[in-house]
Amino acid sequence: MTPEQALLETQAAVEMITVVIDGFEVTVPKGTLVIRAAEKLGIQIPRFCDHPLLEPAGACRQCLVDIEINGRAFPKPQASCTIPVENNMIVKTQLTSPVAEKAQAGIMEFLLINHPLDCPVCDKGGECPLQNQAMSAGRPESRFEGVKRTFEKPVSISSQVLLDRERCVLCARCTRFSEQIAGDPFITLIERGALQQVGIYEEDPFESYYSGNTVQICPVGALTGASYRFRARPFDLVSVDSACEHCASGCAMRTDIRRGKTLRRLAGDDSSVNEEWNCDKGRWAFKYLTSRERVASPMIRGEDGELHEASWPEAIAFAAAGLKGKRAGVLVGGRATVEDAYGYSKFARVALGTNDIDFRSRPHSDEESSFLSSVVLGLKTTYKDIDKADQVVLLGFEPEEESPIVFLRIYKQLRKRALAVISDAPVASRGSVKLKAQLVSDISSISGLTSKSVILVGERLGEKVGALSAAVDLAEKSGAKLAWIPRRAGERGAIASGAIATLLPGGRPVSQASARVDVAAAWAVDSLPANPGRSTSEILHALIVNNLDAVVIGGVDPLDISNTALSQLLNSFVVSLEITHSAVTAVADVVLPVAAVIEKSGSFQDWQGSARTFEKAIADSLSRSDVRILSMIADEMGTPINLPTVAATAREIAALGNWDGAAISFEKTSTVKTLATEEKMNLTSWRLLLDLGTLQDGETNLAGTARKATARISKTKAEKLGVNEGELISISSDLGSLKLPVEISEMSDNEIWVPRNSIDSQVIANLGFVNGQVTVVKA
Amino acid sequence: MDNSLTPRSNDLGLTAAAKANAPIESQEAKSFAKQLQGFWVTFITMFKKVNTVEYPEVKEPTAERFHGRHQLNRYDDGLEKCIGCELCAWACPADAILVEGESNTEEERFSPGERYGKVYQINYLRCVFCGLCIEACPTRALTMTNGYELADESRAKLIFEKEDLMAPLKAGMLQPPHPMAPGKTHIDYYRGDIKGGSNG
Repeated sequence: MTPEQALLETQAAVEMITVVIDGFEVTVPKGTLVIRAAEKLGIQIPRFCDHPLLEPAGACRQCLVDIEINGRAFPKPQASCTIPVENNMIVKTQLTSPVAEKAQAGIMEFLLINHPLDCPVCDKGGECPLQNQAMSAGRPESRFEGVKRTFEKPVSISSQVLLDRERCVLCARCTRFSEQIAGDPFITLIERGALQQVGIYEEDPFESYYSGNTVQICPVGALTGASYRFRARPFDLVSVDSACEHCASGCAMRTDIRRGKTLRRLAGDDSSVNEEWNCDKGRWAFKYLTSRERVASPMIRGEDGELHEASWPEAIAFAAAGLKGKRAGVLVGGRATVEDAYGYSKFARVALGTNDIDFRSRPHSDEESSFLSSVVLGLKTTYKDIDKADQVVLLGFEPEEESPIVFLRIYKQLRKRALAVISDAPVASRGSVKLKAQLVSDISSISGLTSKSVILVGERLGEKVGALSAAVDLAEKSGAKLAWIPRRAGERGAIASGAIATLLPGGRPVSQASARVDVAAAWAVDSLPANPGRSTSEILHALIVNNLDAVVIGGVDPLDISNTALSQLLNSFVVSLEITHSAVTAVADVVLPVAAVIEKSGSFQDWQGSARTFEKAIADSLSRSDVRILSMIADEMGTPINLPTVAATAREIAALGNWDGAAISFEKTSTVKTLATEEKMNLTSWRLLLDLGTLQDGETNLAGTARKATARISKTKAEKLGVNEGELISISSDLGSLKLPVEISEMSDNEIWVPRNSIDSQVIANLGFVNGQVTVVKA
Repeated sequence: MDNSLTPRSNDLGLTAAAKANAPIESQEAKSFAKQLQGFWVTFITMFKKVNTVEYPEVKEPTAERFHGRHQLNRYDDGLEKCIGCELCAWACPADAILVEGESNTEEERFSPGERYGKVYQINYLRCVFCGLCIEACPTRALTMTNGYELADESRAKLIFEKEDLMAPLKAGMLQPPHPMAPGKTHIDYYRGDIKGGSNG
């Protein structure tokens, strides 16, 4: 369908209505609110409660206007945020109607009666709609002579959100957001009259993953973020558009910098992705930047076995000497930008002459490798497809925990039109409960999908043998749209950049000679290695059996892969490109500090495959992007990769373009049934949004709202084990054990679920695997 | 050849123009009496009271409302009045003030109420002594003294930190951090209902 046809179709579907506002005619679709029609003309009607993404409430009454329909006027001014336009409507705003102007001034006076004059200590001061509108429409002197209502302040409604009740104008934006957008109605308006206030349920604190948005949309300073409290004034801040590095949702962000220090991050406005929202992790987890563990300068491991600070030329020369002529592999973490991943990919192929490169720092399989290199880059599913979907199928994917904006999109459609959601999880997570997901035990049992259905596959599906094949089968059989949603921001970009053994940049298969020749010509090298490369676990294995001598690692936590990964690094030459000191830098021979997202430019690819570019927020940062450092090492090795800057890399990627030849085909694997024995249970785990992730380091307020780790088992199983809700059980494998309190849930009797990387529950470290057979006893 | 030896005139013809426009002066020699009259002024001035003083040995008080060095004031028990609101920095036309706020805690209280100024700097290389910061201050924390001796040998020394600007502790004042007076709130402080040290 051409855009013109699409336009015609929407025009035919929606009736258009013409209204007169302040003497100007405007034509808008039926159902548009008067306040929005006025915006279209550039007439701004003051408002507090109105928000384009929330349902109308008419709570603050600030937007009163005079309205007349078919010559009959409303007897009193009406709230323009609740009245839709109608034919022959004549609207007079405060600009043309003295009645509306007086009504608005009156409301402003009412709002200010109980509003404290504490702007000097209020974080909203300087960017406050109430302050601004009081200046433009308020009275210079108050006529109120009584005592203002006061409350105890501030109340922590969660560890990260503080509430100053006396500042509240009862617009209900926060409560409407929590209920309508996030599906977490943990806050509500309680009491009546002058004592009306936002309150929480005592047993249920405001532990929503989206609570930060209420702070952002609060039109006064009633809700403030604990970590930004009293930190700065708007005029101190330099705001830079940026992208979120925490997951593959691809949120647009705004980063506010004061004197080279990030003070806060806000949700940016991108209607095709995150609308105006983001999750609390994206908003508040940025303290890792200023962590004390930050690598300050290059370091070289000396004769004494300790790391010593070194100059850049020394460290680069040392790294180059250790890699030159050696058999080396490359492990790229999920934090790499597209440009960085491209740098690693080119470095492996040109400087190291190998295809031993993998971006997966997590459990993985050959089936997944095949899926990633054949299917993923061809997937074109977007958020819009979720908006139009008949059903949404979640396979190995918990949207609220692993890609929170995808959750918001599904939830929006669920509220709007009861979208059907199907999940293959063994137990309903809180997200699944909110989505009213129908749980199925087997992918093959899913039926009734249409071509407008969407199948969202998470990275965890690759952990189950044959599951990815089953998902592809399901999509092929039903014609439903398939999407792969990894957890980390850099993963899709890493595939596109060729940071995987089977692919060269642009989706060119290593196995095809024409693709290699294509890239070799673009890179001005004679040839590229043709031998098949190894995956992450194979690279680590090759290091201990001496098939590899050295490894370049960027942003990998060994405990995300396996509990033996770290020890496998011990006896080889390790070059670590890292932001903060980690388990890898502890064993590395050279540590090279790299820039975090806020300190560099670059781009990510979100799960849709669209680029999320961002500029350097801290302009005078001395930290450098990974690609620049790799380029310096390659120069020193005498095999230059010529990627001196992020901009140059982006140009090269654009010039190289995508592969137009045939893609490799996906080699399907058949499902293997795991048989649970009487004494053992099947363990399933996934990561919670707020957990022990490295990028959440140092933000205690955020960690305070993380969900508590519990082991979920069925009621019958709990009775069999003789434990009640909340009592500890011990879960053990051959390699170790962990103790967690029980949460009784509706699930199969031989299934157990635990969080993967939370406090007291680090599954890979404690048990040695993420899915498998465990013994469970009462602790 | 002559021309090359004459210095080149660089007055752009101004001298000639000035001469042309100058009032015609009397070419008569000044009379001796006129010269005496001139010397008399000098002589009589020698016995007049002088306007200058022997600074720095002698210092004259300034006008009462002279805009001098700033001071960050305290309540009578020693707690700071500054709440770190940055309104002074906002008002400053020369961008001379830098403030960073911070939360008071029950264990560490610097000012009544929730917020205090953790970092407070005035850059006297920039300050134009206009006093807009004083007008902006909502708690009368920032005032100006009459101090005018603001010369130093380095730029860094002319950026005054909070400890340079804080008013000295008077009798009965306690060095913060310390708690508010028992049973009192920040409102009582603001109204001036606090007298003397809070801890006895």
